[in-house]
Amino acid sequence: MPFSSRIYIRRMGFSVVAALLGTLFALPLVWFFFAPFNARAELGLAIPAPFTFANFTTVFQNTFAMQALFNSLVQAFGGVVLVGAAATFAAYALSRSSIPGKSAVTYVLLLFSSVVSGSAAMVPIFLIVSAAGLIDTHLAVILVFAGGLLPTAMFILRDFIDAIPRSYEESAMVAGASPLQAFFDVALPVIRPGIVVVVVWAFVNIWGSFLIPFILLRSDSLMPASVAIYSFYSEAGTPIVTLLAAYSLIYSLPVIALYLFVNWKFGFRFFGGIKS
Amino acid sequence: MRRKMQSYLLSAAAVMALSGPAMATELNITCRCVVGGVNSGMAEWIETKVIPAFTAKMKAEGKDVTVKLNQFGGEDEQLTQQLALDFSTGAGPDVSGFDGFLIPSFVQGGLLKSLEEVAGADVNAWEGWSHISDGTKALMSYQGKPYGIALGTDARMIFVRKDLFQKAGLDAAAWQPKSWDELLDAARKIKAAAPDSFPLQLNAGVSMGEATTMQGYWMALLGTGEQVTDDAGKYIVSSQGILDTLKLYKTIYVDDKLGDQRAQLLADGRNRTFANFRDGKTAMLVEGDWFYRSVTKPGAEFEVADRDNVMTWKKMPAVQPGKGLRGQDFVTMSGGTGFVINPHTDAPKESWELLSFMNSQEQLTAFQEIQPAIRIRNDVAIPNSPFLTETAEALLPITTARPNDANYNKVSTEIQRMTESVVSGELSPEDAMAQYKAAVIAIVGEENTVSRL
Amino acid sequence: MKKFSLLSTRAGALFLAPATALVGVFVIIPFFWVIFVSFTNRTLLGRTALDPDFVGLQNYFALFNPATFFARGQFGFSLILTIQFVLLSALIGQALLGLILSWLSQTVSPSIKSFLQTTVIAAWILPEVVIGFAWFAFLDYDNGTLNMIMRGLGLPPGDWLLQQPFWVIVFFNTWRGAAFSMMLFNSAFQSIPPSYFQAADVAGATSWQKLRDIALPLIRGHVVTDLILITMWTFNVFTPFLLTNGGPSYRTELLSIYTYRIAFKDFEFGKGAAVGVVIMLINLAFALVYLRLAHKKPVEAE
Repeated sequence: MPFSSRIYIRRMGFSVVAALLGTLFALPLVWFFFAPFNARAELGLAIPAPFTFANFTTVFQNTFAMQALFNSLVQAFGGVVLVGAAATFAAYALSRSSIPGKSAVTYVLLLFSSVVSGSAAMVPIFLIVSAAGLIDTHLAVILVFAGGLLPTAMFILRDFIDAIPRSYEESAMVAGASPLQAFFDVALPVIRPGIVVVVVWAFVNIWGSFLIPFILLRSDSLMPASVAIYSFYSEAGTPIVTLLAAYSLIYSLPVIALYLFVNWKFGFRFFGGIKS
Repeated sequence: MRRKMQSYLLSAAAVMALSGPAMATELNITCRCVVGGVNSGMAEWIETKVIPAFTAKMKAEGKDVTVKLNQFGGEDEQLTQQLALDFSTGAGPDVSGFDGFLIPSFVQGGLLKSLEEVAGADVNAWEGWSHISDGTKALMSYQGKPYGIALGTDARMIFVRKDLFQKAGLDAAAWQPKSWDELLDAARKIKAAAPDSFPLQLNAGVSMGEATTMQGYWMALLGTGEQVTDDAGKYIVSSQGILDTLKLYKTIYVDDKLGDQRAQLLADGRNRTFANFRDGKTAMLVEGDWFYRSVTKPGAEFEVADRDNVMTWKKMPAVQPGKGLRGQDFVTMSGGTGFVINPHTDAPKESWELLSFMNSQEQLTAFQEIQPAIRIRNDVAIPNSPFLTETAEALLPITTARPNDANYNKVSTEIQRMTESVVSGELSPEDAMAQYKAAVIAIVGEENTVSRL
Repeated sequence: MKKFSLLSTRAGALFLAPATALVGVFVIIPFFWVIFVSFTNRTLLGRTALDPDFVGLQNYFALFNPATFFARGQFGFSLILTIQFVLLSALIGQALLGLILSWLSQTVSPSIKSFLQTTVIAAWILPEVVIGFAWFAFLDYDNGTLNMIMRGLGLPPGDWLLQQPFWVIVFFNTWRGAAFSMMLFNSAFQSIPPSYFQAADVAGATSWQKLRDIALPLIRGHVVTDLILITMWTFNVFTPFLLTNGGPSYRTELLSIYTYRIAFKDFEFGKGAAVGVVIMLINLAFALVYLRLAHKKPVEAE
């Protein structure tokens, strides 16, 4: 039938376009999957010949860089737990309570955070952390990230919670649940996909960030991988391509694993959108 | 901060055990050095020579001192950022690597104190001062007072690839340019013989930072008989010397295409100039002695194969013989990096002990075995390095240092910008100089500038 | 129905406490510090570090000084560059491309869909240092993957970072951030009842008609959320610095990079703070426009 074959051709067209776009997105990363296994990598793309794991062996022997991966985990984990928990409570309160002025709060904070995430605010942040005696601690990095990411996390989560019908909790409360029980037993499971999005977003942000840990930390033993990656520079100050690529791959694995896990377990879903 | 906490603990402990044994002091030292990475030799020296010998010496004197090296792997500029923030809040390492030209602006900002203010009269009694010339002492001084001690000094020159000269029928061994024309003449001949080559590279542009100002602009400007400031310390913002220097850049990169323009504009440009020299594309590269000592040495990333036969060096000529600064025929620049003491250190005496110990004859000699360089002490020899001995003898007598001024750093950025706008072909030398003039006046005020045109 | 609150004000305050403390200390205090310092000539080095003066609006006048405003390496140049960058890489690039990617994903087979989503999301989740380095290799003049492909297709290789640095960072930021918009639109489309589309299919509507007439009006709220966030993020994005250092000749010096240079290389906190405040005001203007647009047109389905 001409009608369905037209649809079929159209579908084919979409598939070709989608596959092409996917390939285009992958292109800049292709090099990055070859270079770590190459004995003598340059910036050019080359099939590893000879294929080698020697770069990884060298990287594993760099205790500073290995320690840094652990530090990244500590900082990202701490930051994510704090952002996830604080943002969930706050967004829920802003969505469900009658605190005056609550509708403007998330926008205003979002704008404030846009100033603070720029490098202009690194100085007051440094001074605050220094006055608190927290310079050169994991805690400083965790707290600063949590503060900086919270406004956006609250913004995303509030959109999400606003889209969930209030009747869920209302019926629970009619059945005699306290507001806290309604939150933990009824609302939280429904909000979970939103929290997952925020958690992944926050993790990715902390995992890759250079400036904040660089400003707040001093000891080698606390530096995260985003800083330690610069230890794979030669004496002349140029990147040692092979080691850098190998370390990059190891450094990227946790975020890839997190994404795959979340995608498999929860799927990526946002709800909401601003009500107009 | 950890130190602050430690000092609380210390005072608490002191109250409890007034007559107990002396408490351990922990000193932190930071430098832009990583074992196996950037400035590997320095990290190695501090870890394997300085620290063990120093703690042993302290122990012999009945003091329990431990020293911890923090290996900073970032860039010079980033270390400056950390130190500026740390010193402004009373934190930071006790002893830190430091580039001398930053001292004036740190001092004016209240971030550094002179060695004498920090550590007291011990400083003046140090035996080392008598082995350090006033010129090299000045590298880490401001208004006559030392704020730190330079580990050594350096000099700049033209590195030459003999093989490329040979291609053009020139004998590099016998050649020493006596004017810019001779320099350009050789470059043009090489370009004609090897059209793909970049015969002459003189640093320019923003992304190279201070390397542009030191290895590029200054090396040309001195040859016109001028400096960045005049004798009264005012910044020269318009002059024939600046114009001639910019025209030299224009000839090299825009008109005659003798140099690799991309290397001056792209973010990783300096490495490209190294690679070009290694790969036999650049015949003449103006660089510091570090280029020989570290960048091209055997085993390094930019190792020049068969270096002893292929590579040599020449003095940078003035525009015409006798037209250089102080009427010189040849010119060069020197700078120095060394170590300073944190003004807020909890252990000023021990920090000074460490700093002076590092600069003792014995320790600097030990450093020479790891990485030979021109050291500041006249009782530390340069072993087994004809290159360094020769350059030190030929260049140090004619060298110049940067002005000891808090605004120099910012003006230097404007110099880099001025050279970039000429090298990219965006502005004429005249327009670039006008832009420079406006920018420098905005930084230092018109009363601190001089126009000679 | 009148909405009554599910949480009492007191319980609400308790829920808000942790976020308030963190945001108060690490966002609100620094925010007011920045505002305050923008009216002083405070620096970290030099005389004004010890003894800063209150200079009123002088930093702002200096930023908008017409004599230097448009020159490269000055505020005005960066401002105009950044606005172009936001329009091209955030609005057209990330939002529109994200919408297209998401819409395509709804119609193609599951295997192609997961391939597309994976590559797009990979660009978004990988650490920025890694991404910066991968792109550096991708664009390398002599051996880079892109020029290898160009040569393979018989096209002349391009000196991308030197000749087209602005377009490089536009494409880079589009590539880097499209995933967020795509994911947000994915869930937006999934929230539309399938019966709406089935009715349109019966009527023989094209994909474009379905998107324009059914989907877009329903997801307007998501579009506004997306635009507000990606505009703000793009204004602040620093990753292009890893590729270009802001050069050559300041041609890719976005405001975020300009601020970094002023505040952290020249250590002029007063001026750097003033730039931060101006960026916030522009973000505010963009957000108001988006919200206004969202409210303007009648909403077809509630």
